Amino acid sequence: MAKITLIEGVTMALARAMEEDASVVVLGEDVGVNGGVFRATAGLQQKFGDERVIDTPLAEVMIAGVSVGMATQGLKPVAEAQFCGFTMPMIDHLMCHAGRMRNRTRGRLSCPMVLRFPTGGGIHAPEHHSESPEALFAHMPGIRVVMPSSPSRAYGLLLAAIRDPDPVIYMEPKRIYRWQREEVEDDGEELPLDVCFTLRDGEDVTLVTWGAMVKETLQAADQLEQKGISAEVIDVATLSPIDMDTIIESVERTGRCVIVQEAPKHCGVAGEIAANLADAGIWSLQAPVKRVCGYDTVMPLYRNEMKYMPSVKRILHAVNQVLEVS
Amino acid sequence: MARTVAAFKVDYFQFLGQDGKLLDEQHVPAVARDFDRLTDLYRLMTLTRAFDKKAIALQRTGKLGTYASSLGHEAAHCSIGAAMHEEDCFAPMYREYGAQFYRGVKMSEVLLYWGGDERGNDFSSPRHDFAWCVPIATQCLHAAGAAMAYKLKNEARVAVSVVGDGGSSKGDFLEAINAASAWKLPLVLVIINNQWAISVPRSKQNTAATLAQKGIAGGLPSIQVDGNDVIACLWAMEKAVSAARAGKGAFVIEMLTYRLSDHTTADDARRYRPQEEVDEAADKEPLKRLRRYLIDQGTWDDQREQDLVSECTQFVQQAADEYIDMVQNDPQPVTAMFDYMYQELPHDLVEQRAYAEQFPEDGGHH
Ligand SMILES: Cc1ncc(C[n+]2csc(CCOP(=O)(O)OP(=O)(O)O)c2C)c(N)n1
Ligand SMILES: [Mg+2]
Repeated sequence: MAKITLIEGVTMALARAMEEDASVVVLGEDVGVNGGVFRATAGLQQKFGDERVIDTPLAEVMIAGVSVGMATQGLKPVAEAQFCGFTMPMIDHLMCHAGRMRNRTRGRLSCPMVLRFPTGGGIHAPEHHSESPEALFAHMPGIRVVMPSSPSRAYGLLLAAIRDPDPVIYMEPKRIYRWQREEVEDDGEELPLDVCFTLRDGEDVTLVTWGAMVKETLQAADQLEQKGISAEVIDVATLSPIDMDTIIESVERTGRCVIVQEAPKHCGVAGEIAANLADAGIWSLQAPVKRVCGYDTVMPLYRNEMKYMPSVKRILHAVNQVLEVS
Repeated sequence: MARTVAAFKVDYFQFLGQDGKLLDEQHVPAVARDFDRLTDLYRLMTLTRAFDKKAIALQRTGKLGTYASSLGHEAAHCSIGAAMHEEDCFAPMYREYGAQFYRGVKMSEVLLYWGGDERGNDFSSPRHDFAWCVPIATQCLHAAGAAMAYKLKNEARVAVSVVGDGGSSKGDFLEAINAASAWKLPLVLVIINNQWAISVPRSKQNTAATLAQKGIAGGLPSIQVDGNDVIACLWAMEKAVSAARAGKGAFVIEMLTYRLSDHTTADDARRYRPQEEVDEAADKEPLKRLRRYLIDQGTWDDQREQDLVSECTQFVQQAADEYIDMVQNDPQPVTAMFDYMYQELPHDLVEQRAYAEQFPEDGGHH
């Protein structure tokens, strides 16, 4: 079995889904001949032809709107937005149509589309390429939001997203596209779209995160271990819906929780998790829940982008705060 | 019975041939004989090209982030700058450095922007121009809005924006045309058709014979010019800008040129386009033909060329030094990301700013 990267997990899942279901169509800017600017769709057009892997005109609103139309009429569009920053005008079609299609037609029409795109900072990209807009999507009723953080989860979650009968936003943390290699079998096994992954067991504190922040959070857990502190690390992976059961079960054991997100703090997914903990996990908490987030500022251009994003140091700072409370 | 209720044609203009000779000596605009002006343009085009080479070298040696080259677009870009007045407003995309240099943007500022430092967007002049615009075509609507402001305030100013062949597929561009037509705005929209939108060729955007006709569909006079012929570009731009200034409404110009470089330094065009196509386009590039023309007219020679080249080399080196000095010796602190968010920082950001100051050296490179 070959060891593959996260982005290769994406490619493998796309190929698998296209093979097993002739209604799956990939579309987006530069996805065909060029194989995507990150190579996520490399080789797919050669394999499946230019009617199933479509280089679109440069128009995101069109990509989103056309995907809605295709999805209602028996196709399974897997659309790509080239970068997170260019999804903003697509929100019209997601919010006003994709997420409502089933509900407003009382189930007569549905919208089984996937929109995938690279998200987050840390690769020295130009302006508008490095934001973390997951909360905007997670706020939309009727739409699932997923973000993998490993090659196997990239594969399993994308297969599930494509097979799902409803719209799914699939966000790819590009900073870790090629971070780790992992053996992933191309067995067509999907992963659930509503279950967290516990990446590391621990007893003293629960660290909750997703996407590229998994990297710093695991590093923080390593450093804590050297000081004799045992941290549990949970990759939320599915941001809508959120598997609160797993998180609450962990906090019941550790009594302490720090949530790490790259996105701005205000009205973010971390806030949603904290609110759920206040609601259903409050009696287990021995300290306030802390969030370590990006700032509520514009994502800086690349020279200062790492100053914006939560660092191991900032995570440890927050962990110390919750451990100090006794 | 059917009758024709609308018909259209698109005129194409070229004055200077690939060989540096005028296509028709009898029918040329006055600017073809304005050698001071053309020499100025030639100098700026050469400087722009030297800058481009330097920027790519900086990127290749890890001193600059992703950079979008302007190689091959010099006639189109520089003529836009040359046709505008200082008080006019330019809404660029991301590679029209020639237009911006003409207007006073410094080379070191371009480098700061691509070097990941917001201070690059704080142009020394003109202060009212828009910053670089990465979300494709959105700048067209901002330019329409600027034109609306000048119209409502009764100012004789013109807004100019550019869009690519790819960008012309976006609603923002078509909506700008529509607004300009509805309100008769002092707006000039230039489509810089360089045949490629990253890996997507012009033929895959749509099957329209020209992109200029999108302007006609919206009710605007629209023409196509050879974007490698600086005489045609400047003539068209001046005609459009002065009509807009005179209250005659908006104009669309499609400039046909070719992106001789990769899309950006992050791209590898060999994956999707044949080298023969690039070589053929290189023969048509704008500097060569203008140089030949000026030499034939006796206003340029080898000595001047040599002097210009060494002058340009010196200028771009100075700009690079200035840029490197600034990012190395005067980098923006962590607090810089807070200080321009609002005129007055709200209380929650005051708190976050204080917290961020505890981690001044955080992150660094990944
Ligand atoms: C809205 C939006 N979508 C996608 C991108 C990514 N992107 C950057 S440049 C580009 C191609 C632009 O082609 P064109 O409009 O022809 O301009 P050119 O780069 O050729 O000058 C794309 C797809 C973007 N910057 N903005
Ligand atoms: Mg183009």
